[in-house]
Amino acid sequence: MTLAVRAEALRSTYPGSTVPALDGFDLAVPAGTVHGLLGPNGAGKTTAVRILTTLLRPDSGHAEIAGIPLSDAAQVRKRIGLVGQYAALDEILDGRANLVLFGRLAQLPAAAARQRADELLEQFDLVDAAMRPVSTYSGGMRRRLDLAVGMIRRPAVLFLDEPTTGLDPRGRAEVWSAVRAMVADGTTVLLTTQYLEEADQLATRISVLAAPHGAGGRVIAEGTPDELRTLIGGDRIVLVVRRPADLPAAAALLERIGDGEPEVDADLQRVTVAATDRLAALSATLPGLAAAGIDAEDVQVRRPTMDEVFLQLTATAVR
Amino acid sequence: MIKGKTSSIDLGKQPFALDQRHISEPLESLLSAFTDTRVLTGRYLAHLRRRPAQLAVTVAFPVMILLIFAFLFGGMMQAPGDYRIALVPGMFTMTMLFGLSATMIAVVTDRQRGITDRFRSLPMSVSAVLAGRAVADLVVSAIALAVLIVVGVAVGWRAERGLAAAAAAVGLLLLLRFALIWVGILFGTRAHNAGAVTAVQTLEFPLGFLSGLFVDPATMPPVLRQIAEWNPLSSTAAAVRELSGSPGWPSSSWISEHAVLMAVVWPLVIVAITAPLAVRRYRQGDNA
Repeated sequence: MTLAVRAEALRSTYPGSTVPALDGFDLAVPAGTVHGLLGPNGAGKTTAVRILTTLLRPDSGHAEIAGIPLSDAAQVRKRIGLVGQYAALDEILDGRANLVLFGRLAQLPAAAARQRADELLEQFDLVDAAMRPVSTYSGGMRRRLDLAVGMIRRPAVLFLDEPTTGLDPRGRAEVWSAVRAMVADGTTVLLTTQYLEEADQLATRISVLAAPHGAGGRVIAEGTPDELRTLIGGDRIVLVVRRPADLPAAAALLERIGDGEPEVDADLQRVTVAATDRLAALSATLPGLAAAGIDAEDVQVRRPTMDEVFLQLTATAVR
Repeated sequence: MIKGKTSSIDLGKQPFALDQRHISEPLESLLSAFTDTRVLTGRYLAHLRRRPAQLAVTVAFPVMILLIFAFLFGGMMQAPGDYRIALVPGMFTMTMLFGLSATMIAVVTDRQRGITDRFRSLPMSVSAVLAGRAVADLVVSAIALAVLIVVGVAVGWRAERGLAAAAAAVGLLLLLRFALIWVGILFGTRAHNAGAVTAVQTLEFPLGFLSGLFVDPATMPPVLRQIAEWNPLSSTAAAVRELSGSPGWPSSSWISEHAVLMAVVWPLVIVAITAPLAVRRYRQGDNA
């Protein structure tokens, strides 16, 4: 199987810092897949992307993009597209001029750059806005144009660093749909995100990076979204009670229904438990409430938060 | 809404004009650097076309300062000859200095927007990014200078020693601007916040005043006089006065007697120091 991205034992410490940003980072992304790098702020996601896109030299370790070592930066740059955390666009120029500019700088001849720009405007639904300055674009439109610029030379690997951070739900949906279309087109994508849901929605496989304190800068778990969900005990059932006196009974109920130890928050009168099968757990909870005589205010099913993911993964010490 | 359309351009086989094996690699990268520079210069010039108000302010500001000094302060000023005419070459030089913060702002903006990182992730030439900046900024300063020359003539300044000498004077002014572009790029790659830009902008005037641009350094206290005479701006202004036959301050030291020579040497020294540092800093990116 061809690997689009291969990284082995990458290490990097920023000057002036004592804690390494990356500390033995490994990655293998097969061509044609979407790989999610999931982690909180400071886990080293952006550092990994900066190294793999030749913007930063690692202190040690080895990495290849489409079989080409990073040391051959000029060749690597011909095979990657980078969409950073902030839309890196020329605000004064219009959308089409941005695409042509970056196309020319990606070494496309003038005519090909213009043709490719028109193609991408259509593909990313920006034809109507093509002649407007980018400064008039909405957040979602900027991101779409940014993705289009990343695709200007049909990269072997497209790097997306937190592509939806700062977007409203509508903008997020637009970007997800654009990423899915690129993947359907055969592009390999390496995506970093702080949102479990985003990795879940888009990624074929996910690498979880540890929180910065302690074992930061390395992958603590890797697998398909389903494998990871199993590893972290699936979704969460949250039960909020009206009377504090009901908390022990609620905890007992959720312990029976869920997978693992329920967590009780006395202040918020709330009990939370992991549940591998969310629907089965939910349908067992409702009759259980009546049977135990618990006066419930609210029952919710939700995805685990990043905090819970890391708590669980570090607790089970998966390596 | 988003179509996963397959490209009609086969980029895999695209005959990237400069990507072919039979072209030698140094020649290939030279040609590609040239194209990249042209594309980036085009980008900056497109900015001028789309923001004409900004260009108008850049051009009008030195005109305003010239008029202030010529007609508001000028009555009090002394020169061997008409002060207003002596002032005009000083303002030409000052206009080159005003470009410093403009260059710096452009570099900082690209860095903050992530455009610099995107450039660095593309298979393009490093020097082209900086060269494109340099060419575009020279164009802007040349436009500002052309307008100021017209105003200078209206104030009474003339190219008394012929067109060739005047052209040489313009050449020296743009050479100074070229040197200041590299200073601006270097500052821009090092600035960490907008405050640094404001600081440079604020310091432009004191730097211009501490020279022979507006007054004769001989009127200053000894230490300041030394600094003002050795200020590279003074050499350019004095050289322009000499080449245009404008009244100037009497030469009293080695540096003021060799104005034309030093108007060539100073900018070259500045470029020799700042350009390699700027290129190195750019290659490192924002990591160090």
